Amino acid sequence: MKDGELLAGFTLGPVVHRGGMALLREVTHPDHPGTMLMKQPLLAEGEDPAAIVSFEMEQMILPRLGGPHVPRCIAVGHEPLPWIVMERIDGDSLRPLRDRLPRPLEEVAALGASIADALDSVHRQGVVHLDVKPSNILRREADGRMVLVDFGLSRAARLPDLMEEEFRLPYGSAPYMAPEQVMGVRGDPASDLFALGVLMYFFATGIRPFGDPKFSPELRRRLWSDPPPPRALVPECPPWLQEVILRCLEPAPARRHASAGQLAFDLRHPEQVALGPRSKKLRRDPWSERMKRRFHPDHQPKLRRPLASLPRQNAPIIAVAIDLEGGSTEMAEALRGMVGRVLETFPGARVACLNVLNGPPTRSGAGLDDSGRNAHLRRLIELRHWSAPLNLPEQRLTHHVLESLDTGAAVLAYAAQNRVDHIILGASAVTLTRRVLGTVSTEVGRDAPCTVTLVRLRDS
Amino acid sequence: MRIALLADVHANLEALEACLAHATAHGAERLVFLGDLVGYGADPAAVVARVRGLAESGAIVLRGNHDEAALTGPRNFSRNAAVAIRWTADQLPMPTRAYLGGLPLTHEEEDRLYTHADGSDPGAWNYVTDSTAARESLEGTQARLTFCGHTHVPALFGLTATEKLVAHTPTSNVLLPLMQPRRWVAVIGSVGQPRDGNPAACYGLLDTAACTCGWMRVAYDVPAAAAKIRAAGLPEFLADRLFTGT
Repeated sequence: MKDGELLAGFTLGPVVHRGGMALLREVTHPDHPGTMLMKQPLLAEGEDPAAIVSFEMEQMILPRLGGPHVPRCIAVGHEPLPWIVMERIDGDSLRPLRDRLPRPLEEVAALGASIADALDSVHRQGVVHLDVKPSNILRREADGRMVLVDFGLSRAARLPDLMEEEFRLPYGSAPYMAPEQVMGVRGDPASDLFALGVLMYFFATGIRPFGDPKFSPELRRRLWSDPPPPRALVPECPPWLQEVILRCLEPAPARRHASAGQLAFDLRHPEQVALGPRSKKLRRDPWSERMKRRFHPDHQPKLRRPLASLPRQNAPIIAVAIDLEGGSTEMAEALRGMVGRVLETFPGARVACLNVLNGPPTRSGAGLDDSGRNAHLRRLIELRHWSAPLNLPEQRLTHHVLESLDTGAAVLAYAAQNRVDHIILGASAVTLTRRVLGTVSTEVGRDAPCTVTLVRLRDS
Repeated sequence: MRIALLADVHANLEALEACLAHATAHGAERLVFLGDLVGYGADPAAVVARVRGLAESGAIVLRGNHDEAALTGPRNFSRNAAVAIRWTADQLPMPTRAYLGGLPLTHEEEDRLYTHADGSDPGAWNYVTDSTAARESLEGTQARLTFCGHTHVPALFGLTATEKLVAHTPTSNVLLPLMQPRRWVAVIGSVGQPRDGNPAACYGLLDTAACTCGWMRVAYDVPAAAAKIRAAGLPEFLADRLFTGT
C-alpha cells in the first residue's frame, strides 16, 4: 500500500513507525478531524502467523476500552489485511528515558504513580495488559497522563482469549514478564504490577532486576532468585520506595499490592507506606533461602489464583471523612461500624482516614509555623485514635490531615486524586444556615466521583 | 439488523413472552427459533401457536429433537424427558403435529447457519459442548457463523488465524465480537429451561452490522411456569429445576 491510497475511507499517509510486529502510518478521514494512526501487522515471508492472532486480539480489545489512558479506537477492519485506526497520541514513549538512567528517585515515584493510574483504569475495565514496558507507555504532552498501547498480548476477562492456545509466542517481554506469565498464567492484574515494579527498579538503579534473559531456564530464575535490593545499588533510595518496588517484584501475585490503585496510592503517600522487612534489605537473600524457594515445595510461590480472588472488585480504596471538632462520640462509633461492615465485604480494601483542618492551605512541611504544625500533628494523633478500634494492619490503613478552607472540596479533590472507590462520611446536622448553603455531605454526595455512604444517627 | 435467537423454548410460555418483549425492546427486527419448541414444559400447544403466528410475519423456525420426538416417540431420552414428551404428544392437535413435522432442520442466510444441534450432521442431534465437538461442527460446515442450541448452556467457540480452537463462556448481557474473518459457533442458552446455574431465560441477540452477539438473560415468572408443570402432572423435577437453572 502506498501514500495517498484509500482504505475503508481513510487516506493513507506516511509510515511513522515500523516495529517488530506492526507498522504504523498516518491516516486522515473526512469525518474525523486531524491525523490518526493506522496499525497493521507486519507479515514478512516466513513470519509466524501467530502474529495475526495477537493482532486480532488487539482488534477485539481496543474498541472496548475507554478513558484517557488508552488511544481511542476509531475503527477496525480486516481487508486486505487486518487494521486498526486509532487516536494519535501527542507525546513520546518512555523508551528514550532508558538512555538516561538512573532517573532521580522522585521522578521514578511520580512516573510509577502515573503508570499505576493508567493500569488501574484498564484493570477496572476488565483488561490486563501483560506487556507493560517503557516502549508501550506514552506520556501525553498536554497533561502528562500515561497512555498504554499495544494490547496484542492482553487478556480481557469478558472476551474469548485468542492467545490461550498460542504457546509459540512469547507471553510478554523477557525483562518485564511476571513469574506467573512465564509459567503461562494469563489474566492476573498483578502481572502488570510486577512489570511496573521492574520498570521502576530499572529507572531507579539503571539495572534490570532480572536482566534480559534469552532462554527459558534463565527466565524462570525470577520465581526464586531475588534481585539486589535497590538500596544496595542506590544508597539514597528511601526505604519506603524500596518497600514499594520490592513488593511489586514479589514472585507470588497475592503478595503484591491488592490493586494498581493501591500501588498509586502508596507512591503518592511515601510517609504512609508501612515499612516491612522489604524496606530494610541491603543485600540479596542468603543462598540457602533462594535454594529453598527453588526446590522446597512448601516455599515455592503460588502463581495461580482462583478467579474469584483476583483484585477486580474486592480491593477498593475507602476514604472516611471524620469530623474531629463537631462530631459526637455516637457518630464516631457509627462511622467506625459502617467502615467495619464494608471491610468485611472487601477483604482487600484499604482505608484512608481523612480530616480537614480549616486553615489556609500551606505547602506540606515547608510553610507550617509551629502552631500550624502542632494543630496538624494533634489531628493526626486523633485520627489514629479514631481508627485504632478497626484493628487494621498498618499497610491497609492511612491517615491524612488535609488543609483547606473548604471541607467538601478538599474531600472531593482527595477522592479524585487518589482514585477512591467509596467515601463514608457522617451526615451534617441540619441547621438553618446549612439548609441555605448546603452541607458538606450533600456537596460530597452530589459531586463525588464514586460511591458515597452517608451515616446518619437516628433520633432517639 | 438485530436478530433474536431463541433456542429450547420447551413449552415455557412465560419465558418465551419475557424474551420476546425484551428482544423487541432491544431492537430485534427478526426472530430465529433454533428448535425444541416443545418438551418438558406445560404449554406445548400455546407455544407452538404463538411461534406459528410469528413465523407468518417472517420468523424462522427450526425443528429440534424434542419437536421430532413429539411426533415419532422418544429415542435416547432420559426418563423425565420421555414422560414429558409422551404427555406432550397427547396435547398436540393434528394440525400442530403437521406443522412441527414440516419444520426444516437448518436455515442459511448470508454468512450464517442456524441449526438446533451440531450443524455438521443436523439430524444426529449431537451436542456442541466442548472444543472437540465445536471443531467437528466447524469443519463439517461452510458458514462463517453457526448458531445452535440443544445444550441449554451458553458457550462460544472460535477458530483463530492459526486454526486453534478457543472456547469461551459468555458473560450475561455482554456483546461479544464475532470477529471477521474468523469462524465462530455460538451456542445459545435455553429460553425455557436454562441449565447453566442461572434460572433467568436466555436468548441470543445478534447485531449483524456490528458483528456482535450477546447472551441476554431475562427474568420471567418462574413460579407460574413451574405451577403449570405440577398441575399437568409432569415430573416434579421438571418444575424444580426451573428455580435453580440446573
